[in-house]
Parts: sequence; structure tokens; C-alpha cells
Amino acid sequence: MSDHHKDDGSRVETFDARSPSRRRFLKSMGASGLAAATAPAWAQIAQASQSQAEPVEPRDDGAPGEGEQQIQLIVNGVEHTLNVKPNAVLLDVLRDRLELTGTKKGCDQGQCGACTLLVNDTAINSCLSLAVSHDGDEITTIEELSQGDELHPVQAAFWAHDAYQCGYCTSGQIMSAVAILNDDNIGSDDASVREAMSGNICRCGAYKNILAAVQDARGKMKGAS
Amino acid sequence: MREFDYARADSARQAVSSHGTNEQAAYLAGGTTLLDLVKIDIMRPEQVVDINRLDLNEIETLNDGRTRIGALVTNTALARDERITRDYAVLSEALLSGASTQLRNKATTAGNVMQRVRCPYFRDGVSPCNKREPGSGCAAIGGYNRSVHAVLGTSDKCIATHPSDMCVAMAAIGATVQVQGPEGEREIDFLDFHLLPGDTPWKEHALKENELITHVTLDAPIQGSRSGYLKLRDRESYQFALASSAVIVALEGNTIREARIALGGVGTKPWRVKEAEQALKGQPANEQSFQKAADIVMRDATPYEHNAFKIPLGKQAVIRNLTTQTA
Repeated sequence: MSDHHKDDGSRVETFDARSPSRRRFLKSMGASGLAAATAPAWAQIAQASQSQAEPVEPRDDGAPGEGEQQIQLIVNGVEHTLNVKPNAVLLDVLRDRLELTGTKKGCDQGQCGACTLLVNDTAINSCLSLAVSHDGDEITTIEELSQGDELHPVQAAFWAHDAYQCGYCTSGQIMSAVAILNDDNIGSDDASVREAMSGNICRCGAYKNILAAVQDARGKMKGAS
Repeated sequence: MREFDYARADSARQAVSSHGTNEQAAYLAGGTTLLDLVKIDIMRPEQVVDINRLDLNEIETLNDGRTRIGALVTNTALARDERITRDYAVLSEALLSGASTQLRNKATTAGNVMQRVRCPYFRDGVSPCNKREPGSGCAAIGGYNRSVHAVLGTSDKCIATHPSDMCVAMAAIGATVQVQGPEGEREIDFLDFHLLPGDTPWKEHALKENELITHVTLDAPIQGSRSGYLKLRDRESYQFALASSAVIVALEGNTIREARIALGGVGTKPWRVKEAEQALKGQPANEQSFQKAADIVMRDATPYEHNAFKIPLGKQAVIRNLTTQTA
């Protein structure tokens, strides 16, 4: 629906905000009634109020200023045209420019995993990514996971298993969990999950419950697909 | 983060030409080392040449049996490639033992080869460090030198370990690094690529001026061999090695026909030990011959105040890995 053609003189790139890979990804998110069934009543109320948040409008910065680079970022299915300085970090652009503050800044040097999000369905640390390097990429943040009032199975499982205390690392934990549950190369046993999630540090030490939540969500995502 | 100019390259030639002879230019691939070090102001590029759009994402089997890996193949993609898991298990295991899932998803083959040391005195920006500030001294010698400091290949100027696991496996396998420079392409033997600190610890590799790594080509696998990577560390995951070993071994009955041994976590570069390999050749695969090889590995080791334990630990990493691969 929003094809973008860019001609920089040497080659033509085509971006499709609803490319097959994106559709596949959303399908694997597995919208189901399970979230509502597991989340307590107060959680559902919190969800309902959260879902009234303003949808993110496409952003267009117009002509770039001096020293700026113009890029397209497809964030949660919405294509934005942004002018950024070369040293602008993807995490900061999402949080400060697009006001998508669900992705957290922890250590800001690739050690804690709080900033984990998906680029073209692959989990990466957004704090170690220049925005300009992601021109044309599809970015999925925590804000994209719930379908209206329904939490994603991984979000619901984190809630049900009390898989956090302060919650600051939770967005990154959930994004990593979503990625590994969609990755057939990663084993389903507890040791494999612990290993695959080791880039997400939880200083409250909720690891036991995080593991339980991931394994619980695995069953539900399977059941939903 | 400090400001820099930015150029996106569409070809290796263009990348080299954008980089020019500007000493303050840096190639950007996955960014997991570069952007980290720019953020903490240890690396200060005036220009960043983004090579992520170059067509260097392939893993190819060459006619002579070697395997050519594009510079931009991610650590995850390389570790999972069927040819790598089948013919070079040691490399796949080494890659998967390094960093975290999301870092491996970003980090590239060439970037891993080019990663910088993890010595806290290098990273803190204030301590004496000959690598960061030539002539300022080495705070690690006489400082806290337990976990990321070497016992092999050190000098009185620098004792930081090379942090890579991938490179240890590549050193054991044998490889060549293909680079593109202003005058065309050339090859560097992998074992000659990383330099010992000596009197010039700021010189870390054999690249000239603006040369760009385009590929790493692995030697053909040794027929009938088994291989594996054993990494010993303070915690089970997401931690640099205290000592690690990459071992490739081929048996004829119970006699060792061929062996390759390299170590990580204990040396100032990926540490291949050909003399220990020679000592194993033709010997029975048993504890005595493994112990003898391990003794050769650590014969010239120099312990520092807090890391003497790495000498027995490194030996054990070799013995245990050889035992596993010949069981």
C-alpha cells in the first residue's frame, strides 16, 4: 500500500511496507484469545486504556538540512521519511523523534539488551545501530506486538508468570523471546532458551520467571498457529 | 556520540576510495565494536564509510575445497551454515560461544576479525595504555590483570588478550584474508593478520592504510577429522574466554594422523601452536600425549599477578578438548 521508489542515480530500491516477510511475521504473532484468558482482570483494564494511545502517523521531514541524511524507516508498518545526522542512533531516533519509548535505553553500549528490537525480523541491539544504516529497513518494536486489546502471547505470558520486577529490561526481553520463538534454529529446551536469551540482562534477577514465561508462550504460539 | 562524516559505499572499490588515506576514517559493518568504542570516545573517526550495502554476504565452496566467506556474513549466518556445521564444527561452535544472540545477528565476519581488545584500561579512556596512547605505559601490567589479559605473546608494552572466539577457530583451521586496497586485491595469511604487541601495540593487524577485508577463505577441511571449540569462562554464556581451545584432530586407528590446536583467552592474538601439533602427530591418542602437547603450548607462558591460573587452565582446555574429539 505504500510502495516507495528511491532513485539515487546508481540503483533503484523498492520498499514495500507490507512485504511478504512482514506479513509472515505478523501471522506468526498469532492473535488469539489466549492473552485475554491468562491476563487478570486488572491487566485487561490496563490493556484497554493503553490501546487508546494515539496511532503513530507517518512522519515526513521534507528536504534534509545541511549535514543530514534522508532515510526511510518502516517502523511497525508505518513508513517514515526522516532526516538524521550520521551519528544518530536508531534507538534514539525511535524514542526521541518517533516517540516510541517502549524500546529502552539501558547501558547504551550493547551489553544489556534493553534496546533489543527486530530489524527485518531479526533481533538486534538498537543502541549499536546508526539510523542511517537502516535506510529502507522494517523495524518492529514492542509497541507493535499487541493486536488492539489483545496482548501478544509472549506479553501475556510475562504478565502471567510475573517475569519482571522493575520492568525496565522487559521490552528487550520480550522482543528477544519473540525472535527466538520464531527461530527454528534455536532449541526448545530450557538450556537453549537461557543461552539464546543471555544477551538480555535483568538486574532484578527475574530469570526463572522469564524462562517460564518464554516456555509457556511457546506452547501458546504453537497452539495459535 | 561525536560527529563524523558519513559515506555509503556501493562497491568495495568505492569504499576504499571513499576511505582514502584518511587515517581518521573507519569502515562500518555491524558496528558492534566500532559504535561501542566511538560512544565511549576511544575511537574517534572523522569519517565513517558504511559498507553494509556491499555484495559480500555469500559463503561459497571453491573448486579446491576451500570455503570463501564474505566479509558481511553475520556471525549467526556463518555459525548456522550447513557447510560450516558439517565441515568446520569448531568454527560454528566458536561463533555460537561468543557474545549474545542479538550481537551475533549484527556482528560480521570481517568485523569480528577486526574487533578491539576488552582491556578495561584501554576502554576507560584515562589510564595509561600504549594501544590507545602510544608511549603512555600499560596500566594492566601491575594492575588488575585477571580475566582479559594474556600469558602468551605479551610484551612490556601490552598484555591484552585478543577477544575473538571466531578467530581462534579460523587460526586452527587455517585461512587467508582477502583485502581490497587502492592498488587492487591481495591476500594475507590468517596467522600473519593479527600482530603481536611487541613495542608497537597500537599496530594490531597487517592491513595497510585504507585496505578493506572482503573475504576470509578457510583451508579445505582435513579429511576424516573431528573438531570442536571448548571455552572456559566465569559464567556460562555471554562472557569472554578465560581460556579456550580450538582443536581439529584426525585419527588412524588410535594414532593421531593430523592435529590442529589454537587457543583463545590466553594470547595477545589468536594463538596457533604448530609445535604442539607436530608433537601429537604419530602419537597414540591418550592422556600422556595430550599432556605433552599442552605443556608445549604453555612452555613460554609469562604469568602476571592475577592471571597465573590461565596456564593450567589453558592446558586443561587443550587436554579436555583433545580427549573429547578423540573419544
